Amino acid sequence: MEEKLTLFKNRKRFGIEKNIDIIFKNTSLVLSSFVAIILLGIILVVFFQSFESFSRYGLKFLVTSEWNPVKDEYGAFTAIYGTLVTSFLSLLITIPLGVGTAIFITEDFVPKVVREIIGSFVELLAAIPSVVLGLWAIFVMEPFFRAFFVFLHNFFDWIPLFSTEPTGRNSLLAILILVVMLLPIVTAIARDSLNQVPKKLRNAAYGIGASRWKTIFSVILPAALSGIMAGVLLALGRAMGETMAVTMIIGNSNAFSWSLLSPGYTISSMLANQFGEADGSQVSSLFYAAFVLMILSLVVNIFAQWLVKKFSLKY
Amino acid sequence: MIKTNKKTPKNIILSLENVSISYGTFEAVRNVFCNFKKGNITSLIGPSGCGKSTILRSLNRMNDLIPNCSLKGTVLFDGTNIYDKRVDPVEVRRRIGMVFQQPNPFPKSIYENIAFGARINGFTGDMDELVESSLRKAALWDECKDKLNDSGYSLSGGQQQRLCIARTIAIEPEIILMDEPCSALDPISTLKIEETMHELKKNYTIIIVTHNMQQALRVSDMTAFFNAIEYEDGDGGKVGYLAEFNSTKKIFNSPKEKTTQEYISGKFG
Amino acid sequence: MNSLYYQKRLSRNIGDKFFTSLSVICALIAILPLIFLVTYILYKGGSQITPELFSLEPNPPGDDLDAGGINPALIGTLIITSIASIIAIPVGVGGGIYLAEYSKGGAFSRFIRFGVNVLAGVPSIIAGVFIYALIVSTKILFGSMYSGLAGGMALSILMLPTVIKTTDEGLKLVPNELRYASLGVGASMYTTILKVTLPSAFRSIATGVVLGIARAAGETAPLIFTALFSYYYITGFGDLFYEMGSLAVLIYNFALEPYDAQNKLAWAASFILVLSILSVNIFSRILAAFTEKTKRV
Repeated sequence: MEEKLTLFKNRKRFGIEKNIDIIFKNTSLVLSSFVAIILLGIILVVFFQSFESFSRYGLKFLVTSEWNPVKDEYGAFTAIYGTLVTSFLSLLITIPLGVGTAIFITEDFVPKVVREIIGSFVELLAAIPSVVLGLWAIFVMEPFFRAFFVFLHNFFDWIPLFSTEPTGRNSLLAILILVVMLLPIVTAIARDSLNQVPKKLRNAAYGIGASRWKTIFSVILPAALSGIMAGVLLALGRAMGETMAVTMIIGNSNAFSWSLLSPGYTISSMLANQFGEADGSQVSSLFYAAFVLMILSLVVNIFAQWLVKKFSLKY
Repeated sequence: MIKTNKKTPKNIILSLENVSISYGTFEAVRNVFCNFKKGNITSLIGPSGCGKSTILRSLNRMNDLIPNCSLKGTVLFDGTNIYDKRVDPVEVRRRIGMVFQQPNPFPKSIYENIAFGARINGFTGDMDELVESSLRKAALWDECKDKLNDSGYSLSGGQQQRLCIARTIAIEPEIILMDEPCSALDPISTLKIEETMHELKKNYTIIIVTHNMQQALRVSDMTAFFNAIEYEDGDGGKVGYLAEFNSTKKIFNSPKEKTTQEYISGKFG
Repeated sequence: MNSLYYQKRLSRNIGDKFFTSLSVICALIAILPLIFLVTYILYKGGSQITPELFSLEPNPPGDDLDAGGINPALIGTLIITSIASIIAIPVGVGGGIYLAEYSKGGAFSRFIRFGVNVLAGVPSIIAGVFIYALIVSTKILFGSMYSGLAGGMALSILMLPTVIKTTDEGLKLVPNELRYASLGVGASMYTTILKVTLPSAFRSIATGVVLGIARAAGETAPLIFTALFSYYYITGFGDLFYEMGSLAVLIYNFALEPYDAQNKLAWAASFILVLSILSVNIFSRILAAFTEKTKRV
């Protein structure tokens, strides 16, 4: 026995190996905490950089829409309004379309192969860079919708949202390109949530003579609701933070207007437009706007995570 | 309203005529002829893979939910072939209810679990009364009358299954199909469900798939023994067929077929 | 007793028909523009592809008809994405290893997982703003302001959550038996991870990481005021510390130019970007489907 043991020269762990083990563990621990460090770093840096502007304009910054580097007057209301309006309205269009599409590809209306092709195609679209969508929006979407916008204005100009003469790029185009961007996200998440609904629930409803859509509306959608909601919130976060496509098509004007047919601004498009050339208190004001954007998307994101956690235990 | 396509004896509620079912190219069960009597409990028994569950699901067109599943032959219910193109499967399922292997209550309250089905079937009477009477028939009332607003999932497995039976009874079907309703349950719950079935026999026709031969013997009037064999023209896989169909007593005491004898004596299965 | 036959005029059946058509219409509205979008980008961009495109510098926008090529932007995208990967992959894989292998679901790991999700939701332009404040405006990198290096750092912030997540999830899929087998013969934890768990999760981690890189390659917002843009060839290592062009920023800049020649260059760059991103995606999808199939057998 003794003799045999000596053949294994590493039978006793050397100190060095123990140390490597400890070093390895601690390195990975440090690396994982990088996430927290970066996250905190972002929040702190953006907060402190915006401090000058914050102490100068306070909360008035959020409700005035004067943005004048010459007079040193800053208020981000136009951009904040634009961010909220474009993201919420685009979501309003996306949700029924995305959920409807998700239902279409989770039910058996068409053969499975066709559904899978549609599903993966929609997923692929999420991979298209937003700057490319912006390019497409400028050269294809804008000319395509021009006549439609004139029509909207001519017949609905009594609605404040359509009260201005359409002139090229505007908020409504930004909303439409956001719909194109969000659709894959909402569809994919809604499809996954619908697929996760246990099959036995569907059997239960069919077994007592529920029709297909009765089953969908009263059993399947309610069971998938929390997942779909979380997906919608994630999409909302994306919409609020989306920069390139929106910047390229929204028209970038700080003049406030209720109308979707006039050029607008979002916080992110304002940052993209002005950050490179700003100096002095304008930079601080831009950081202030960035801080507002960050808080908005953090709140939405954390709420989405909370929703997932709260409802994922149900089945 | 009722069009009688074929003459069937009066007490026959459901009859299979030369039914074969396949999943894609795979044939699950072949050439089944079988008549189910009104007011009877009929057991379908046999080794796994013999197609008994497939046959059961075909009786109220639940097989429609399985992609590629196709059926040849006719299933006559109430004088109508339920696989006729003009037939609405939803209508069929309202008159032939089903209880599944796994208890599957809706994620709603106990009350709503029963009211839901009744409501979609256009029930206009007193819902409270219906809920109570259904739960009573399923022998669940005493256990849950004080917590009707609790989630269906708060019940134990056996109670959940009885809730599913109550839910099916509430839509007043003519036939109740049960797909191994006790396989996921403990012996005491199983016994309770068997008692429930004896009660239900007075008003309903029940067809039950079971793995448990003692259960078939205890509850059923008629027993159909399914078996699976390799056909010469097949692709080597086993195909299910109805080997013997008779009164439960005869099947268990003096089976005609040798395979039935072997199966019930436990030689295979 | 009701007939079993399908009755068209039943409100239930009318409703079913109505909603079925509605979902078909939704799917059509959702899918047709998307198909149109992809074919248009591939057609319009593809028709601009010439050999010179890959070798020339872009000419400054102006009235001259020849816009030049996209060589610096193409190389720039490769460099910036590589920098981002060099930073994000080790940090992300290391962090993922901690979460999946060492942490025991305590408060710290829950906080980190939460942080990963939050960081994934931070708008990409905020990452640019952050790097601008930290690196560009402070000139901390040897006095240089806008640089390819800064751009790569900004992108790495966007890649990091993806890499950690795929590592964490990939490792969690490795069956515990495998770990016990290795630890059971006396292997230390780090050998087990490096020699057993990590290799068996390699494919899923690699797929996720590659998809993350592909996504980062198309990101524009973090670059527009960190890496900025450059019209000139990248000639040496020192260029890392200067403004650097990228396909994404080129598309942004040239889409907004009033000149047709520059617009065409933007389409050509889009074609290359979209084609490479889509092929990476499709390839990894096929690979994943293939692995799943072989596993099942």
